[in-house]
Amino acid sequence: MAAAVDKSRVPWWVSNLIVPLVNLILALLVSALFIFIAGENPVQAVKLIIYGSFGYLDGFAYTLYYTTNFVFTGLAFAVAFHCRLFNIGGEGQAYIGGLGVFLVAINVSFLPVPIVWLLAIAGAFIFGAAWAFIPAYLQAKRGSHVVITTIMFNFIASSLMVFLLVDVIRDMKQMGPHTVALPKEIWFPTFKEFAALFGIKIRYSPLNISFLLAIAASFFVWFLVWKTKWGYEMRAVGHNMQAAIYAGISPYKNIIIAMCISGGLAGLLGINEILGVHHKIVAGFPAGYGFTGIAVALMGRNHPIGIFPAAFLFGILYQGGSEVTFDMPNITRYMFVAVQGVIILFSGALENLFRPQIESFFVNRLNMKREI
Amino acid sequence: MEILPDIASLINSTLRISTPLIFAAMAGLFAERSGVIDFGLEGKMLAAAFVAAVGSYYFGSPWLGLILAMIACVSLSMLHGFASVTHKGDQVVSCVAINILMIGLTTALAAAWFGQAGLTPTLSDEQRFLEITLPFADALRDVPIIGIIYSDILSGHYVFVYLAYLCVPIVFWIVFKTSFGLRLRAVGENPSAVDTAGINVFTMRYKALMINGVLIAFAGAHLSTAVNANFFREMSAGRGYLALAALIFGKWHPKTALIACLLFGFTDALQIRLQGVELPAIGTIPVQLIQAIPYVLTVVLLAGFVGKAIAPNAIGQPYVKER
Repeated sequence: MAAAVDKSRVPWWVSNLIVPLVNLILALLVSALFIFIAGENPVQAVKLIIYGSFGYLDGFAYTLYYTTNFVFTGLAFAVAFHCRLFNIGGEGQAYIGGLGVFLVAINVSFLPVPIVWLLAIAGAFIFGAAWAFIPAYLQAKRGSHVVITTIMFNFIASSLMVFLLVDVIRDMKQMGPHTVALPKEIWFPTFKEFAALFGIKIRYSPLNISFLLAIAASFFVWFLVWKTKWGYEMRAVGHNMQAAIYAGISPYKNIIIAMCISGGLAGLLGINEILGVHHKIVAGFPAGYGFTGIAVALMGRNHPIGIFPAAFLFGILYQGGSEVTFDMPNITRYMFVAVQGVIILFSGALENLFRPQIESFFVNRLNMKREI
Repeated sequence: MEILPDIASLINSTLRISTPLIFAAMAGLFAERSGVIDFGLEGKMLAAAFVAAVGSYYFGSPWLGLILAMIACVSLSMLHGFASVTHKGDQVVSCVAINILMIGLTTALAAAWFGQAGLTPTLSDEQRFLEITLPFADALRDVPIIGIIYSDILSGHYVFVYLAYLCVPIVFWIVFKTSFGLRLRAVGENPSAVDTAGINVFTMRYKALMINGVLIAFAGAHLSTAVNANFFREMSAGRGYLALAALIFGKWHPKTALIACLLFGFTDALQIRLQGVELPAIGTIPVQLIQAIPYVLTVVLLAGFVGKAIAPNAIGQPYVKER
């Protein structure tokens, strides 16, 4: 093992760009091995992924649609992580957030459209936050580990939503477990409609103005976590709870607020999926986006500037991945769940695998330059 | 109304349903007592279920499947150790990675090798574990009380069920009555003191993780080669987390963890019994809500309404040797 180097002498781009990039490459190499084991050609798969996500306009729009979802869930995980909380309940919070969007939108749809949207966004945030509140409270007050409680709340959310969709809010004229559609006037404008204004015709694409909301959410998180007193307090609790307590910062309050904001951000996934795409609640709509948020946040080093490109990369993997599953019979979408796991492993748990070597390599190079 | 056979079958299912939880809780006990968090029980259980089913299908022997599952789970435990003990990475992140990786990889490989649905082929009777009828079970069936206890409750389980209940006293003996157990607990409580005494903290943690891998393999094999005759997607259904909750609720002690596992098993058995049954005053509870009962119970128990759980002191902290 290489000797540890003085952290202050490591340039920022080595620890924040080179090291994550090396980890990502390692993760993708392992993923290629999996594709090989599954009996397909990894090089061919990469070609399909690139073609599927960039090769044509509808495909690229799909990539950005997935990116939108991953920005929300990635930011959600990151906010809680700054307080050293592992909110792996994004899936359930997004599900309940979707319920909030629908209930608010259907009840206030007579109001002017922008107000309906704002209220629906508030509904998504509040419902998602509420679903995160109980695990947060139990963590803060009773020390119940948030990883187990949030996972349990995913299962509970899933049961609850299926129950509601089957027995309570189902569209009674239809067989499937979904609600009635929201009135057309309040649907989010889609990319397809924008493109049509410029005379560009594309086939269906789920990309809609939620993408702008994702950008806004990224700024919101950046401002909140790094530019406000509360953000500082929250990071202090996450960094060293004892020191924070001595500084007069309440860990309970910060744990609960961090988790609720995290849950609220995950809830915003419901905006994209319900106002933008399905226009009704469909059983199982979070479809694993909540879990992918973990990989996105860890890869993006829990900072909005990193999360956005990481979400885009996962957008490529998802959209390109569906191209792969279409063309390669041996690859299913679960292969890309495995890829997420590998990415979490290398950019999260094993992030220090080659860090000392890489950092000392660059520090030595820079020293040599200075001596010359 | 025949209440006695009903109760007997409820107890019988409780014993069976608790089995994977018990193995997983005992596996978690070794890791956590040594100071390594193990949320990865879920992923390892899935891996074991998949490998056991595939191994048994190809080699025709469920025992060989079990051994392969052990190898797979020990490898995953070693990976967890490599990330969190050797490289001092975040233990929870490492566990989450293993869980997501295994949810994806097991289903993806099942789909690639055996077709799109992500199932492994159904195992024949020679390729799986069958219920064991205890000696004289049939002869004793008509004897009152004893007949029900022996023939209906104790007899007719899979081998894993008996192994699970055998495993608990053995774990107790290892952890609390041997010098290895003393060291194990010391490493989880105060690693620097153990280090001062000349015991290698890292080796101890790796040993604990190795036992952890072997034990969790039983849980997975039980699911895919005993109670079911194949592997299917996400078949562990949160049992790894339930087992961990049972371990925490049981205060990292084999006996109390066993009781917690039985409680979870009983709730699950009851939940299955209640589906579609009309209850007095309440009516029929929708099946989705009944299925959520074990998960709600987990949260309630973790909330510590029955007393606060004190974790091993050094849990989750990578050990850094002083220089």
